[in-house]
Amino acid sequence: MFDSCDSTKDVQQSLWRSTPLNLPEVSEPDVVRHYTNLSQMNFGVDTGFYPLGSCTMKYNPKINEEIVPQFNGIHPLQPAQTVQGVQAVYDFMDKALAEITGMKRFTFLPCAGAHGELTGLMLMKEYHLRRGDTARTKVIVPDSAHGTNPASAAVCGFDIVVVKSRPDGLVDVEDLKPLLGPDIAGIMMTNPNTLGLFERDIKEIASLVHGCGGLLYYDGANMNPLLGVVRPGDMGFDIMHLNLHKTFSTPHGGGGPGSGPVGVAERLVPIVDVPKTSGFHGNFGVILRACAYILTIGRENLKMAGPLATLAANYIKESLKDSYKLPIPTVCKHEFVFDGLADGGDVTTLDVAKRLLDYGFHAPTIYFPLLFHQALMIEPTETESKETLDAFIDVMHLIAREASENPELLHTAPHNTPIGRPDETAAARQPILKYSFD
Amino acid sequence: MSTFAYFPHTEEDIKVMLERVGLSSLGELYSDVPPEFIHKGDYDLPSAMTEEEVRRWFENLAAKDTRLVVFAGAGAYDHYTPSVIPYITSRSEFITAYTPYQCEISQGTLRYIFEWQTMICSLTGLDVANASMYDGPTAAAEAMRMCVACTRKRNTVVASARLLPAVLSVLETYSRYSGINLVVTDDVQEAVAEGTLDLAGVIVPSINRFGIVESHLGLADLVHQMGGLLVEYCDPSALAVVKTPAEWGADIAVGDGQSLGIPLCYGGPYVGFMACREQWMRKLPGRIVGQTADAAGRRAFVLTLQAREQHIRREKATSNICSNESLMALWCTVYLSIMGPEGMRKLNAICYERSHYLKEQLLATGKFEDPFEGRTFLKEFALKPLCNAEKLQQALLDAGFFGALPTPEGYVTFCVTERRTPEEIDALVKVIKEAAL
Repeated sequence: MFDSCDSTKDVQQSLWRSTPLNLPEVSEPDVVRHYTNLSQMNFGVDTGFYPLGSCTMKYNPKINEEIVPQFNGIHPLQPAQTVQGVQAVYDFMDKALAEITGMKRFTFLPCAGAHGELTGLMLMKEYHLRRGDTARTKVIVPDSAHGTNPASAAVCGFDIVVVKSRPDGLVDVEDLKPLLGPDIAGIMMTNPNTLGLFERDIKEIASLVHGCGGLLYYDGANMNPLLGVVRPGDMGFDIMHLNLHKTFSTPHGGGGPGSGPVGVAERLVPIVDVPKTSGFHGNFGVILRACAYILTIGRENLKMAGPLATLAANYIKESLKDSYKLPIPTVCKHEFVFDGLADGGDVTTLDVAKRLLDYGFHAPTIYFPLLFHQALMIEPTETESKETLDAFIDVMHLIAREASENPELLHTAPHNTPIGRPDETAAARQPILKYSFD
Repeated sequence: MSTFAYFPHTEEDIKVMLERVGLSSLGELYSDVPPEFIHKGDYDLPSAMTEEEVRRWFENLAAKDTRLVVFAGAGAYDHYTPSVIPYITSRSEFITAYTPYQCEISQGTLRYIFEWQTMICSLTGLDVANASMYDGPTAAAEAMRMCVACTRKRNTVVASARLLPAVLSVLETYSRYSGINLVVTDDVQEAVAEGTLDLAGVIVPSINRFGIVESHLGLADLVHQMGGLLVEYCDPSALAVVKTPAEWGADIAVGDGQSLGIPLCYGGPYVGFMACREQWMRKLPGRIVGQTADAAGRRAFVLTLQAREQHIRREKATSNICSNESLMALWCTVYLSIMGPEGMRKLNAICYERSHYLKEQLLATGKFEDPFEGRTFLKEFALKPLCNAEKLQQALLDAGFFGALPTPEGYVTFCVTERRTPEEIDALVKVIKEAAL
């Protein structure tokens, strides 16, 4: 069987593999030890505080993990009458997310946030095309936007127009006005934006963009501070995605699987299922976990999620603003940005981030947004206790002191991790991307 | 203590924190939000449930789904999941981590992605693989975009009509909105040979939607002659025995890792894979992990070639992909470690034997014709029923089987994995034999 040199066909004509298959040949106990050891070189939310800006690293409830296996055996093409339980989960989630966001209907096909953006932009294009409005080829993106926004718009075949931020970090409405016209398909915004600031001119922006015939897209990556408080649909957004792996507590899994359902306003409901952007029904296993979260948190606690996340961010910001440069001092939402150390000398944001690892904390997001050269973007969440936040604040002060007393200690950090700072330039210049069997 | 398990704050904590911030209430944190946008009253959602109530809620729903013995494939295969896999992948150090930006505390994630890249290269025979994609169909769509990016100014991609329906519908969606000219055809060789297209690439299945192992003899030369790239869509489980994309001369291989022991779970999460020849490495979408060393000379793994990616290149990135399906890549990596080369070969042999047995038995009922007589298949096959296909599927459903998936040509497909016992196969045949169809 499967012999590539059988009697009837030569190797070239054969349908079978002739190259040897290099896979591990190891016992089950050795497999378990190998991966257990690997896991011990990892840091997760269950290990410690993970204040990674724009990633919403909240606690991943354990009951949610136990729900999924009950649905493991269901084939994605099973007819509707055999999957009534599954359908009930989708129906519940559609209604619950619509209620939480103020949108009308959701599609669950997108498997991640950026995938949701792409699906949402396809809906934006479809909406204009169905109206015969073929001239709308441009999408406006703020200079503070997540990198996925312009990238998703480009994949969807749009040209990108950048709108500037004002010195106070908000979208410059005066810069926006001349960009608007019959060639604009819409604008992509995240609110609060990547500086953690609420775009308070959103009402005027919505009215201007709608006035020129464009649509408003809401990047739900920053939805957490609004959870239970403000609904994107009420602010005038027409299309949005949610990151269930951020706002709705499903685990990030080392970079997926996520889920990025897309919600639309009334006038886009007829086309919401048109773009088929994944193979079957989206990441059902992730949707199940988010559903369990919504049931657990309930309407009573939902109202507290956004405010407690917002309080935590402001608490850290106010506690550290003497040691770190705070370019925008106003009240933030779920996250905020320091522009490096207040008095850092030649100690960079990278050095601070690496030193934090020595003290058992994950680093914040660094060098993003691009508006500041030494950006440290910090996002705690509502699931972190005051004690944890205080411990982080103490260490950040300590690192600021180390920066002036012993900068070399920071340049060479981390010191207590499985490896030290690797040579990333060499990695990119002469890529080694797999094991060599030679 | 607070009243909700996931919120650790006491009222005193909240008071102290507000004082530090210089505010007197949580509401003041939203003073920059226009008041009309603050949601008033309760959301129309259920009241908070206890853990046991949540468990029961889902148990009740799961009971409404019909448990079926799966004889269907079409892109989702009921292979066995060794118990080691969920045990390893549920370790919280893996599951609660994010994308490995801080490599010094993410060597676990980076290392298994490096292993995944190695295994995908082994399976496909190609040089370079990325850290994973959302699923097989989106990986195919990214390959389509990559063909256009690699060939510059060329904009037509030819796709075989024998690709899975799930793949074709995603290809059609991506092409429609990104402006790529997608030509879906039954005869790829002919469409390419005409030479009238600004050909960027060709996408063909390794095993087609009728389960047939396709021959691509001579196709790569033809496509390259016309200036395009050849993409093969593969079942990675089958690649242990069928001719690899590299052996057929393909430039890019894509597919879905689901067949490497990932549960059906109503279609997701699965994991896409993508591999290519070294020449096109810098056009790959998504994350890539590379090996390097730290200052002390210790081996270290890092995210690399990031100049392709959205967080640096924004609209000029090779793709918009940020998160992928890392944990599912771990799932497949553990699976392949447990199975090993010999296990994969044995698995395919069992699927082969049992699916051929089922096909013989079905033909012996006299209720089917074989439209693809003599063609090679591994675990999935198509037959032409001499009765109403819908009634056939319903008769099976009534007996607790899911199989006989109808195709637009009037055929039905069956799939037999190693999980289907001879007894189950005989029981399925008996139902068909005895049903009044």
